[in-house]
Amino acid sequence: MTGKNRLLDVRGLTVEIETRRGPAVIVDGIDLHVDKGETLGVVGESGCGKSLTMLSLMRLLPNKIRVAKGEAHFDGRDLQKMSNRELRKVRGGDIGFVFQDPVTSLNPVMRIGDQLAEPLIYHRGMNRKQARERAIELLRLVGIPGPEERIQAYPHELSGGMRQRVMIAIGLACEPKLLIADEPTTALDVTIQAQIVDLVKGLREKLGMSVVWITHDLALIAGLVDRVVVLYAGTVVEDAPVDALYASPRHPYTRGLLASIPKLSDAPASRLNSIGGTPPEPGRRPQGCPFAPRCPLAMDICRTHVPKLEPVSAAGSHRAACFAVEKALEAA
Amino acid sequence: MAAEPLLKIENLVKHFHVRLGAFGERAATVHALDDVSLDIVEGETLSLVGESGCGKSTTGFTILNLHRATSGKVLYKGQDLTALDEKRMRRFRRDLQIVFQDPYSTLNPRMTVGEASGEPILFHNLAPKAELEAKVAALLTDVGLPPRFASRYPHELSGGQRQRVAIARALACQPKFIVCDEAISALDVSIQAQIINLLLDLQEKYRLTYLFIAHDLAVVRHISTRVGVMYLGRLAELASRDALFETPLHPYTKALLSAVPETDPEHERSRKRQILEGDVPSPLAPPSGCRFHTRCPIAMEVCRRVVPKWKEARPGHLVACHAVNGE
Ligand SMILES: Nc1ncnc2c1ncn2[C@@H]1O[C@H](COP(=O)(O)OP(=O)(O)OP(=O)(O)O)[C@@H](O)[C@H]1O
Ligand SMILES: Nc1ncnc2c1ncn2[C@@H]1O[C@H](COP(=O)(O)OP(=O)(O)OP(=O)(O)O)[C@@H](O)[C@H]1O
Ligand code: SF4
Ligand code: SF4
Ligand SMILES: [Mg+2]
Ligand SMILES: [Mg+2]
Repeated sequence: MTGKNRLLDVRGLTVEIETRRGPAVIVDGIDLHVDKGETLGVVGESGCGKSLTMLSLMRLLPNKIRVAKGEAHFDGRDLQKMSNRELRKVRGGDIGFVFQDPVTSLNPVMRIGDQLAEPLIYHRGMNRKQARERAIELLRLVGIPGPEERIQAYPHELSGGMRQRVMIAIGLACEPKLLIADEPTTALDVTIQAQIVDLVKGLREKLGMSVVWITHDLALIAGLVDRVVVLYAGTVVEDAPVDALYASPRHPYTRGLLASIPKLSDAPASRLNSIGGTPPEPGRRPQGCPFAPRCPLAMDICRTHVPKLEPVSAAGSHRAACFAVEKALEAA
Repeated sequence: MAAEPLLKIENLVKHFHVRLGAFGERAATVHALDDVSLDIVEGETLSLVGESGCGKSTTGFTILNLHRATSGKVLYKGQDLTALDEKRMRRFRRDLQIVFQDPYSTLNPRMTVGEASGEPILFHNLAPKAELEAKVAALLTDVGLPPRFASRYPHELSGGQRQRVAIARALACQPKFIVCDEAISALDVSIQAQIINLLLDLQEKYRLTYLFIAHDLAVVRHISTRVGVMYLGRLAELASRDALFETPLHPYTKALLSAVPETDPEHERSRKRQILEGDVPSPLAPPSGCRFHTRCPIAMEVCRRVVPKWKEARPGHLVACHAVNGE
């Protein structure tokens, strides 16, 4: 095991799906770790396996999808080996969750106040009244106006962004050691995004909370996270401290992503940059580097061998999986 | 605007009646949309921005008659849509499409991706049955999904993949007007760029008109012809893209623009962003006068009492604020 400071340690996590042609690998042996008090950003193309990675940690994978290999230690204990009872204690308690899809994860026939109170009663032993007070406070913290009245609302009576903030409030309800948030702010405008980011930062300082923030919004996390992991086709292709990632992205995929971001300061142009092509599907991934079919720098070796995640900085804190890292640097 | 508008929205109001209190004993009204008037011109992209809960989705729903307007009119081809029942509305449905904010709730879980995107084609007789498969394949390719996905069910897709199926379904009808409600917000930047490019190409080819609801101001700046800013159920400002971003007039628009994050960690960490003091007031009891007065840095006495008029401050630049003089 690694040092005392490690809160979450995922090793060689492999997630497979059953298909007619046999099992297909979706998440391909990824390593992830989060230290106490650290905030990790996870970015990557739509469909690359971000949500399934997170769901597998909590053993909430859908039918036909399972963890084939790997370990996931939380606070020194293997989540994959816990009994269901132990796991229920952790889920929503020490590990707070914000799911990507508020519509499926909120109960449509239950008032949101009750949905917020539930984990507080179960995990924190509060009585109804205390839980209600805390629910109101949580809604206020995520910036929902008139929280005393809104706790009576059903999910369909809220706007999309309000539902998303209710999800965030539920994730934070028990003041978890680790918050795992999957695209938690896609429906929020910039001012409220900023408020949520400040709230999470505040809790991190106050409680030493660790955070895994899954997102496609590279601008949003710039001011929030300490480190970023870039996923592509179920593998980690780059792992770097946030400043290094934006200042000198090394993997061609990361560069492509950063180049695709429209910026307010850009002159309005008619077309945006995008990485050509589509990511490979699980079960149909190419041999060699998974990015090779779309990579502007691809060489013969990329089509036959899989590049390993290797340090690219002297300190070793910045790693990338690419045969052309030096070349990528020159192309900058 | 010289051109005859495609859609003319006049004094549109939508109130929701909700029940409050532990036993639902108190009735209350949510002022989701109040007195909104605007023209949407054929071939343009009109974006709507504003804080979460300010009424953007409600505007889209009410224009398409998916929510019944409390009062006001929506004129399309000379017809007031708000006066139509669902049966008579049906002949306009093909022209007027929407990509919903929560694709999961609107895709039928028992329909495959192929069926979902092919259904409108069959329903509106847009292609013979024999060509259906090819049509669906082309649609999926357009939104960056492999045609093989046609046999999948919504729950077998990632969040961003579902969102793209919803876009494919709306495009399948070959509509004239699409409400894109946060339609690309769950997509990573590269696919986002691809979809934006697709929307712009289709617009050029078929003179499509979009009502584009989004919170990402950089995307909005990129895609829009004009931009409307909403605050608590009312329009605060409406102007051409350049005028809105370069010379915003309304204090709320100014605050909104200053909050945009950029990909510079150093700058992001040190930046002061919280310019807007105070909480967002509740639409259950919106403030009197100018609804922004509780948070406006330059609020005056009159702002508390009088609703500012919706006026043209400069040609084509509309604003509702006592501190801005009309021309
Ligand atoms: N139940 C399922 N059956 C079959 N395939 C699935 C299922 N759920 C997910 N997948 C596939 O697994 C891959 C990874 O999905 P996942 O939801 O983890 O993606 P993601 O990275 O979260 O994407 P997004 O950014 O779009 O949410 C996708 O290609 C998706 O199509
Ligand atoms: N069916 C409903 N019943 C009661 N209130 C509703 C209903 N639908 C929306 N509202 C309320 O109307 C207001 C406007 O909601 P709307 O969904 O239009 O906001 P929005 O601008 O789209 O926000 P977001 O950016 O969060 O999606 C909110 O206060 C919301 O709670
Ligand atoms: S290993 Fe080769 S194909 Fe893969 S990203 Fe690097 S250069 Fe491109
Ligand atoms: S009308 Fe008054 S309160 Fe409203 S935005 Fe203008 S100055 Fe501020
Ligand atoms: Mg996902
Ligand atoms: Mg909405």
